[in-house]
Amino acid sequence: MAGSALWFSLLLAAAFAGRATALWPWPQYIQTSEQRYTIFPYTFQFQYHVSSAAQVGCSVLDEAFQRYRDLLFGSVSFHFPQPMGKRHMSEKNSLVILVVTPGCDQFPSLESVENYTLTVNDEQCFLLSETVWGALRGLETFSQLVWRSPEGTFYINKTEIEDFPRFPHRGLLLDTSRHYLPLASILDTLDVMAYNKFNVFHWHLVDDSSFPYESFTFPNLTKKGSYNPATHIYTAQDVKEVIEYARLRGIRVLAEFDTPGHTLSWGPGVPGLLTPCYSGSHPSGTFGPVNPALNNTYEFMSTFFLEISSVFPDFYLHLGGDEVDFTCWKSNPDIQAFMKKKGFGEDFKKLESFYIQTLLDIVSAYGKGYVVWQEVFDNKVKVQPDTVIQIWREEMPVRYTKEMELVTSAGFRALLSAPWYLNHITYGPDWKNIYMVEPLAFEGSPEQKALVIGGEACMWGEYVDSTNLVPRLWPRAGAVAERLWSNKMLTNLDFAYKRLAHFRCELLRRGVQAQPLSVGYCDVEFEQT
Amino acid sequence: MEHRGLGWPRLPRLLELLAALAVQAVRASAIAAASPDLSLWPMPLSVQTTPRVLHLSPDNFFFGHSSTSKAGPSCSLLQEAFRRYYDYIFGFYKWHHGSADLRVGVELQQLQVSVVLEPECDTFPKISSDESYTLLVKGPVASLTANRVWGVLRGLETFSQLIYQDFYGTFTVNESNIVDSPRFPHRGILIDTSRHFLSIKSIFKTLDAMAFNKFNVLHWHIVDDPSFPYQSITFPGLSEKGSYSSSHVYTPNDVRMVIEYARLRGIRIVPEFDSPGHTQSWGEGQKDLLTPCYNGKDPSGAFGPINPIWNTTYSFLSKFFKEISTVFPDEFIHLGGDEVDFDCWASNPEIQDFMRNKGFGRNFKKLESFYMQVVLDMISAINKSSIVWQEVFDDASKLMPGTVIQVWKVEDYTREQSKVTEAGFPVILSAPWYLDWISYGQDWKKYYAVDPLSFEGSQEQKKLVIGGEACLWGEYVDATNLTPRLWPRASAVGERLWSHKDVRGLEDAYRRLTIHRCRMLRRGIAAEPVFTGYCDHEDRM
Repeated sequence: MAGSALWFSLLLAAAFAGRATALWPWPQYIQTSEQRYTIFPYTFQFQYHVSSAAQVGCSVLDEAFQRYRDLLFGSVSFHFPQPMGKRHMSEKNSLVILVVTPGCDQFPSLESVENYTLTVNDEQCFLLSETVWGALRGLETFSQLVWRSPEGTFYINKTEIEDFPRFPHRGLLLDTSRHYLPLASILDTLDVMAYNKFNVFHWHLVDDSSFPYESFTFPNLTKKGSYNPATHIYTAQDVKEVIEYARLRGIRVLAEFDTPGHTLSWGPGVPGLLTPCYSGSHPSGTFGPVNPALNNTYEFMSTFFLEISSVFPDFYLHLGGDEVDFTCWKSNPDIQAFMKKKGFGEDFKKLESFYIQTLLDIVSAYGKGYVVWQEVFDNKVKVQPDTVIQIWREEMPVRYTKEMELVTSAGFRALLSAPWYLNHITYGPDWKNIYMVEPLAFEGSPEQKALVIGGEACMWGEYVDSTNLVPRLWPRAGAVAERLWSNKMLTNLDFAYKRLAHFRCELLRRGVQAQPLSVGYCDVEFEQT
Repeated sequence: MEHRGLGWPRLPRLLELLAALAVQAVRASAIAAASPDLSLWPMPLSVQTTPRVLHLSPDNFFFGHSSTSKAGPSCSLLQEAFRRYYDYIFGFYKWHHGSADLRVGVELQQLQVSVVLEPECDTFPKISSDESYTLLVKGPVASLTANRVWGVLRGLETFSQLIYQDFYGTFTVNESNIVDSPRFPHRGILIDTSRHFLSIKSIFKTLDAMAFNKFNVLHWHIVDDPSFPYQSITFPGLSEKGSYSSSHVYTPNDVRMVIEYARLRGIRIVPEFDSPGHTQSWGEGQKDLLTPCYNGKDPSGAFGPINPIWNTTYSFLSKFFKEISTVFPDEFIHLGGDEVDFDCWASNPEIQDFMRNKGFGRNFKKLESFYMQVVLDMISAINKSSIVWQEVFDDASKLMPGTVIQVWKVEDYTREQSKVTEAGFPVILSAPWYLDWISYGQDWKKYYAVDPLSFEGSQEQKKLVIGGEACLWGEYVDATNLTPRLWPRASAVGERLWSHKDVRGLEDAYRRLTIHRCRMLRRGIAAEPVFTGYCDHEDRM
């Protein structure tokens, strides 16, 4: 990272250069000036450099060019006069893209390199990146640099940007179990994620409330476990569409199938899977977590996760493991017998560990890595060293900064979510608190800090569905996005406010129902349909 | 039956008798409501339903006028309402034309509407408008009877809420007998179009949803410090210079459209032009209206509240409010009067002189009061009534009788209600209903649990509470989040102000509100979820 003195001088230079203040998230290095170039929408093109590893036919970039052309000039009527005569030095007709490493058809991964440099000067208008994923990030930045004068002319200022993400895992969690989100809501969210340079869609697909994921191995899961098996489900086609839509935007889809708790909706479709709770010596008729004492359970999980492993291409699966309630297990005589047999005594954490370990073995046999919620670590489940632990609890059992310290000192990689539960709302500009979180503000060695691979903004669904998702998410999640992408020195709230307010108006212009940060207005307001 | 407030005409005898019976029937209605099919919101005064069902076919059902009705097809307010409610009932479902093959039972073919008195088709709703109605649902012709069109509108809403699709998709309604009237005559929603502009489309949506919840007042806080979007005919400079931009403006035509859209739904528009504080945006377009603040001996360049010592101030206000009184037909104008900051006044040497001359000493409340009294006189001279925020009462030594006081400060609001009503002034309650204050979870329960009459006072004092308003201030609200932030949270207030005070069971309210929220979704209102769950028809946005 840059020396802070140098970095601040760049920051100041940019702050005075007017239009660059529109950028969100802020790039790592930027130099920009008042000198500007005109862009004519009808002649402007995105072009592959002759020596680019990606060329026409590269789906990721071809489609991105189309999208960004629409975003930049979409609503423009091209009626003003053609520029006559010789091309001027002060015009830019194209952005030339050079991708160094081939590969347009693969999926993005945790290791994907997203670096890019963007150069706009008298000689060139040029985007250079290692991979197509970096090119996508650069295109977004480019689109945020272009501005329009009151007379309607498009400009871009002379600019030099060298950019790369601070963290490789920059995620957003949506919960489609507590409320079903129509496919369009998910796809729209992926678009806005790309505008914010998020790169992981953590899809909390199923939970207690409903099971909308249509499994082809176990179709009864949705038939009996969804809110409505005709309308409130994600078909295999839907899932494919989400994955591909995300891929084209450089976004990974991290699917979560949370067990052994949070599984009530699995029960109706798979008889015998959940633990029958007992009231005294009789079953009470209610059910608890997945039954860890039966072989059938593991056979089912084995088949189910084989399907999941093939449906979701990402290397990682999220296996949940949070908030397991032991009271039902305790009440069940079969479980008690199993505990005795295994020598677990009264320690139900050992039972939980037993279940999770067996599950992890199943999943790793399919060649997958996994992310789990922090309880798996807290309850001392023996997991593989490359397991990723997601920290979500703010204060209990310890403050999240302490938990980060513990997880990383045990050598595990960590993902931070605790301070970023966006479903928790309060009056006023809460984005500031979200923004000021420093993911590495815990005690630990540089090696420990290097184990923090990023974080996720979480939008749990108890009170959120497609009616309020978008305004509740944006621009608040933007604060997380910048924290995870930009330099850690970037903590000036006034500077952030100016840019975020501007970016929010840009989101409105792009059709995103992003809510206001404070009193004011945008030139283009959200139009009620 | 509680009669309260400003002495509007009493119900005719027949309805009154029915209403008296209805109070007896409240207990029964609570039981009826527990049947899963009933999801009325807000709960009517009396509901009797039977298990006997009637079926409706979209092809063979219509709204008609009874031959004895004082209103007929020439009453466009009703004709428009018939069309709307036909759509609400049938429009959002899939149904097959021509399949009038209703398997069993009696068919309901008509809802016959009867207006008993002069219908008031072409008038504006008033605080005293009669909204009572009786609804008798039986086959083949159901009847809806009301004294005025306003009651018909409320009854149509209730009728539309009674109809559901059975397991086979057939439109179904249970034989029922409903007698209904509101507990309070003033049931309002406040929107703030100054801190963020709201397009008239957004306002229309809000009016739609208000009608679904039997709200009858849109309190339009149209201007404030940040912007002046109201385009004045007399003083066009106000919005030219004081609005966010030339597209963030309400033209006279916009305002007319909002008023008419509201009228057709039985909703009054009460405009608020808040002064002398909250007026920064007025200063741009009206020179020498605001008080120049001083820094020691010199003007600081900043401006404070309206300058209360110049004659030009009052001649401006007089012309301005004359325009407002002709543009807005409602009897009431809201004059604001809240949160006046005295620092700027205190810094200004001219004002200091004026204070001395008037013998106000250092008591700026007296100056505030002086200003408000002049404006209140102005309003009564143009035959309008005034509503003000509570400070005007708190800070006044004397206040024109009949001035309506809106209680908004949440600290000790019940004591404020006691004080205001003890002094004989009518009250509108808002303090516990600031919906812009969001928090995690089901805060609707908190709004729902409020009883507006839970303050200490005599029967006479309680009668002075004319109603309440849910306020959605605009600091953090614009068209992007207005609807889900307002609905269904405001619905809790809607029921509290309409229904009998004994209707307060949370469990039944939760059940009905959840269904009501899905109903709003179906009708195109992006009302947010109450809690985990789903609707058959999710938001199509």
